[in-house]
Amino acid sequence: MLNKYPMWKNLMVACIIFVGFFYAIPNLFGEDYAVQVVATRGAEVTVATQSTVNDVLTSKNIAIKRSELENGQLLVRVMDGDQQLLAKEAIATALGDKYTVALNLAPATPEWLESMGGTPMKLGLDLRGGVHFLMEVKMGEAVRKMTESKMADFRTDLRGERIRYAGIRDSARGIEIKFRDADNLAKAERFLKSRGNDMVFTDISSGGNYFLIANLSENYLKQVKEEALQQNITTIRNRVNELGVAEPVVQRQGAERIIVQLPGVQDTARAKKILGATASIEFRMVDEKADAAAIASGRVSPNSQIYDRRQGGKVALYKEVMLSGTHIQGAQPSFDEYSRPQVSINLDSKGGSIFSNVTKDNIGKPMATLFIEYKDNGAKNPDGSIKLEKIEEVISVATIQARLGRNFVITGLDHTEAQNLALLLRAGALIAPVVIVEERTIGPSLGAENVQNGVQAMIWGMAVVLIFMLVYYRGFGLIANLALTANLVMVVGVMSMIPGAVLTLPGIAGMVLTVGMAVDGNVLIYERIREELRNGRSVQQAIHEGYANAFSTIADANITTFMTALILFSVGTGAVKGFAVTLMIGIATSMFTAIVGTRSIVNAVWGGKRVKKLSI
Amino acid sequence: MFQVLSIKGTVNFLRHAVPISILSLILVIGSLTSLATKGINWGLDFTGGTVVELEFSSTADLQALRAELSSEETEGVVVQHFGSSRDVITRLPVKEGVKSETQVEQVMAAATKLDPKVIQKRVEMVGPQIGQELAEQGGLAVLVALICILIYVSFRFEWRLALGSVAALAHDVIITLGVFSLFQLDFDLTVLAGVLTVVGYSLNDTIVVFDRIRENFLKMRKGGPEEIVNTSITQTMSRTIITTGTTLVVVIALFLKGGTMIHGFATALLMGIFVGTFSSIYVASFLAVKLGINREHMMPVEIEKEGADQDPLTP
Repeated sequence: MLNKYPMWKNLMVACIIFVGFFYAIPNLFGEDYAVQVVATRGAEVTVATQSTVNDVLTSKNIAIKRSELENGQLLVRVMDGDQQLLAKEAIATALGDKYTVALNLAPATPEWLESMGGTPMKLGLDLRGGVHFLMEVKMGEAVRKMTESKMADFRTDLRGERIRYAGIRDSARGIEIKFRDADNLAKAERFLKSRGNDMVFTDISSGGNYFLIANLSENYLKQVKEEALQQNITTIRNRVNELGVAEPVVQRQGAERIIVQLPGVQDTARAKKILGATASIEFRMVDEKADAAAIASGRVSPNSQIYDRRQGGKVALYKEVMLSGTHIQGAQPSFDEYSRPQVSINLDSKGGSIFSNVTKDNIGKPMATLFIEYKDNGAKNPDGSIKLEKIEEVISVATIQARLGRNFVITGLDHTEAQNLALLLRAGALIAPVVIVEERTIGPSLGAENVQNGVQAMIWGMAVVLIFMLVYYRGFGLIANLALTANLVMVVGVMSMIPGAVLTLPGIAGMVLTVGMAVDGNVLIYERIREELRNGRSVQQAIHEGYANAFSTIADANITTFMTALILFSVGTGAVKGFAVTLMIGIATSMFTAIVGTRSIVNAVWGGKRVKKLSI
Repeated sequence: MFQVLSIKGTVNFLRHAVPISILSLILVIGSLTSLATKGINWGLDFTGGTVVELEFSSTADLQALRAELSSEETEGVVVQHFGSSRDVITRLPVKEGVKSETQVEQVMAAATKLDPKVIQKRVEMVGPQIGQELAEQGGLAVLVALICILIYVSFRFEWRLALGSVAALAHDVIITLGVFSLFQLDFDLTVLAGVLTVVGYSLNDTIVVFDRIRENFLKMRKGGPEEIVNTSITQTMSRTIITTGTTLVVVIALFLKGGTMIHGFATALLMGIFVGTFSSIYVASFLAVKLGINREHMMPVEIEKEGADQDPLTP
């Protein structure tokens, strides 16, 4: 019996191990000091921005290591921490308040490696410090708003159809519509049911009372909640941008929770203030009496005020607010019948009646949409709390064509403008209130300490295991040690390759544990080989039998462990997930290195020739 | 070649099975009693509340800090050393009508009074509802894991062995929890991860023994179930000792060097590796024998080919 691997098998093993090692390499390079530029409030980071930044830095004698424009954000690497601070100051002054300039650490992976997809592992907050928030969207509020708007719809629609009803109210059973007779009820039911399946209607008439109960349908309820969550995520993302944090994470978790992670942030009070700050919208009439000259000189009537337009230029608006953004329920970009972009807006019932009165009196006149937000520019109140600067901007001016109701459209925009306006209108306020249900802050020194502890545990554990294997199994022990080392590097490589994988402290624990458990495969095989040798088998046969018999055991044992890791992954959050990920990867790679990897070396060394004695 | 164990012949492991099973049973009942009476010292992850970790510039005076923290907002606060004498951890329970930020501010104010150079290393706040959900999910996870394993082992081996392995796992989980309950150790999310890892590890051990039992049933023509189980355990003994040893070494390294944040995890694993190794022999295998496992159960099922009983079409 000859133990030989065909060439392709050896090549495959070499290839897989090479890929694992290759993608682990970026972790060796450390990090560069960098400055990150992100656009906020409609601005865009372009090649022009990049050259502006480059010019500014050159004029200040700050050497640029590398400057990259990617995904609408600019990352400029500099030589050291001092230069980083100088560069940030200089760039922030040069670009103005439409951009957020933040300090960042960027992986110092060489460009050729990065172009092949090589990136280092991402470190979790527990390893680099920062704040983690778990926020919960109060869905009850979103549903209540929707119910109110539906009630208003019923009133107008039933009146419009001349179906007489006695009253509409919100009850514990749903929206209750009362009728005086069965005839009207039947007509109403037929009419309302013909209008889509957002609502479910139940006839609960009894004893001369005629009632129709309307409830949001299961699907629609789900949709309402989903939209509320999505919109809140958009809003929070916009606000997080204002914080100027490098690589923030805003992510949904489950049906009504949002995770926000801000690496490197320590000042939680400031972070909370900004996440909770509101932006809003106001509709105001344009003061047409104020001409260009008056605006330029700043002399407008005391009833008006001059505002900047987002597109550039200035416009005078009356101070009286026609309608405030609190009445906006939704805004979607769409197209009219000539496929021109527009934004359709729905107001709540109160907003609808206000708006209908206002527009009736102002047909043919221009109306402006004013965007108001509060931005943190680092200033503080005398008492030390954060002072937020109010920023106001006119985002659109449109002529009122007709009397408008609850649903209306704003036209005269180009496609991107329509998209942005809809986003801004929606992002203005949170559709449903959000509360922070979990908060974790890890200091940067603790993060570094955690990394150090984890690495130390790994080194100690690994050293003892390596020495034991070498002493106990000698030649074969050396092979197992090679496999173990390769396994560890491959876990790092795979972790670096998977885009979503984040290394956490329990993740390091998972890696350490993998080291201890990964030898199990080789121990099983080697003990089996010894046993076969004791039973008087020839060397080649013992190797063959050892690997063959141990295989199913190793597979069964690892599959079950993998299953528990998978369960951990699916139910766990944050830290536990991190542990489960490394454990799963570790199981997969250790099976490969322990079975196939060592076999290929064993075959190369002892296979295919006469061997009297094995070094085992 | 030298060996950890050079066993000549077969050791009769099952001879001690009855007294050891009784010991196991006592441990399980003891753990359950402790769980029922003392309960588990649920950590922040499950109960909700606020934790503030502080680093003082010199040895921290806990008494003085406690005295400073006697306001209404910080009532019920627990102050402990954490790792070194300079590191202090304070735990604050959830309070109706008091914001966690206020609590953190109060703690920081008190600590700064004692030592102006104190550093706030970590703050964690978890709402009580989140904790409740996590506890439910955690319990569910352990249950789901046990059921999945029951199914997998029944499918790959046999139901008696599956039952044996799940009993062994339940045994390990209960005793590990019992130790956490008895010593009132903090049970947080990382400990839960540890317990689930124990499930995986202990099963690993059990499967290795079962695999050998199955093999020996097919290979050894002679010998009753007890003898075969004894032989299988003996044959896998040196592997069990070595693997347990290497895993223990790294877990001890984690326990000693890994830092305070994964102490609970390492403790759970240390416990689990001990009980897990032991239960794979005395609970899992013994139960399978008691359930009447025999050679017929291990025979591969003959697959009946469709049309095998018919005459071939071609002569």
